[in-house]
Amino acid sequence: MNIISPGFGGRRRSSRADLPPGQYLTHDFPVLSAGPTPRIPLDRWRFTVTNESGTKQTWNWPEFQALPYEDVTVDIHCVTKWSKLGTSWRGVSLDTLLADTDTAADYAMVHAYGGYTTNLPLEDLLDGKAWIAYRYDGEDLHPEHGGPARMLVPHLYFWKSAKWVNGVEMLIADEPGFWESAGYHNYGDPWREQRYQGD
Amino acid sequence: MARAAVSGRLTWRVATLAEARWETATARTLVLDLPDWPGHLPGQHVDVRLTAPDGYRAQRSYSIASAWSGGGPVELTVQRLEDGEVSTYLTDVYAVGAPVELRGPVGGWFVWRAAQPAPVLLVAGGSGIVPLMAMIRARGAVRGRQPFRLVYSVRTPDDAYYAGELARRVRDDPGLDVHYIYTRRTPEDWPEPPKRISVATVNTHGWPPDFGPACFVCGPTGFVETTADILVALGHDPRRIRTERFGGTS
Amino acid sequence: MSEVAVDGNAMAGDLGEIFAVDVTAAVATCAGCGRAGVVAELRLWVRAPGIVARCPSCGDVVLRLVRAPDRVFLDLRGATRLELRVPSP
Repeated sequence: MNIISPGFGGRRRSSRADLPPGQYLTHDFPVLSAGPTPRIPLDRWRFTVTNESGTKQTWNWPEFQALPYEDVTVDIHCVTKWSKLGTSWRGVSLDTLLADTDTAADYAMVHAYGGYTTNLPLEDLLDGKAWIAYRYDGEDLHPEHGGPARMLVPHLYFWKSAKWVNGVEMLIADEPGFWESAGYHNYGDPWREQRYQGD
Repeated sequence: MARAAVSGRLTWRVATLAEARWETATARTLVLDLPDWPGHLPGQHVDVRLTAPDGYRAQRSYSIASAWSGGGPVELTVQRLEDGEVSTYLTDVYAVGAPVELRGPVGGWFVWRAAQPAPVLLVAGGSGIVPLMAMIRARGAVRGRQPFRLVYSVRTPDDAYYAGELARRVRDDPGLDVHYIYTRRTPEDWPEPPKRISVATVNTHGWPPDFGPACFVCGPTGFVETTADILVALGHDPRRIRTERFGGTS
Repeated sequence: MSEVAVDGNAMAGDLGEIFAVDVTAAVATCAGCGRAGVVAELRLWVRAPGIVARCPSCGDVVLRLVRAPDRVFLDLRGATRLELRVPSP
């Protein structure tokens, strides 16, 4: 059934040729969440890299803030069809965080406060493709957008950019994370419109 | 009729707006013609779906405001929300004669069945009055004997839906009582200042727990949680309390 | 408030596309804490790529529903059991 609602335009958005297939450009920044917003006091915040043997490297907030950072401007694409172009973030590159990690793993699981997880190939976190971002648009990252810090891996659908991130775990065998196990695509390339399992 | 209302695979159907009226400055009742409507129980809701010319879709749930007596239109009352993508369309743009897609009726738990003999306590916060009004209307249509008490919390008298109809029903039916709570501004002659729902109010204007009432609470999440806690604190059996939480935005 | 937690009543329509009977009245047992309660009382997060229904007691995810254009994925691993009333013959 394909009826149109006369006079309905929905939120301000447009589809454009330079967006991935099926996406609309949005001018606001929708907040999506699978659960309550975790409130993490900065003195309790930790980020931990765990290799496949269980060896951990951990940074607390002051240590994290002391790491070399990058200011990047990227386009982001949500699987719910909104895209936002030219978003500005400050974060620490995963290349920096994984520089001293001893691993033979090909896959990674990203962990977050509140229990959210998302998986991706380790190579998709490296070579300037991913950051742990703690500032957005010139301000500290708000909790509703994932603050104190979130994963930012813009070449994949934005569910892979886990909010409230607290660690990355190396995996020898790939395992699906929260949305991947619920029906979303295991990899999630917006340019090949890989939204759901089997796409 | 009860079975037809709660089972069967659901699909989208097309309704047409037959007429509309404003309950308040920002809440609009839509009177919808729905051929082949299977009927519904008071408390059930529908999902409404809008489609833009470019295929973009938005969908929201709305409680059915009317009781079903075997035929006729189905009514929804939609509260206009400032940032609301769907609600502003339904209140500001949606015109008589125009189509809209609807799926339902759905929801088999938050319903009142006329065959249940227990007294009923209805507690509404703001737009939460809609499904509870369907229950009041259903009781009226079958001339139900179960005593009903409604506690209805609104910000100001101008925000109360169905005020005239509720007053008329209270006047004409000794088995229905309505008590208003005003949280921001009271009517001229009100004996107390504005306040929120409290243990004292529910204790005075609700039913004693040992009457074993069926309790239905509907409104914004915070209101529902507070009210449910009050009812439990007063000694009501949690299993007799049914709740429906409305999200507050869009 | 950007967090719009509604309850399981709001997924009646989506579940109604899968099941021929109303599921909001079904009793779901949480795999996390063992609490048994009606689906209508689960805390729903609907502003997400799918619907997430959490246990009102422990907050664990009980049920997830993802709607693709031509498929529905219903993940029930967070519920050890669903109990539905059916009319007796």
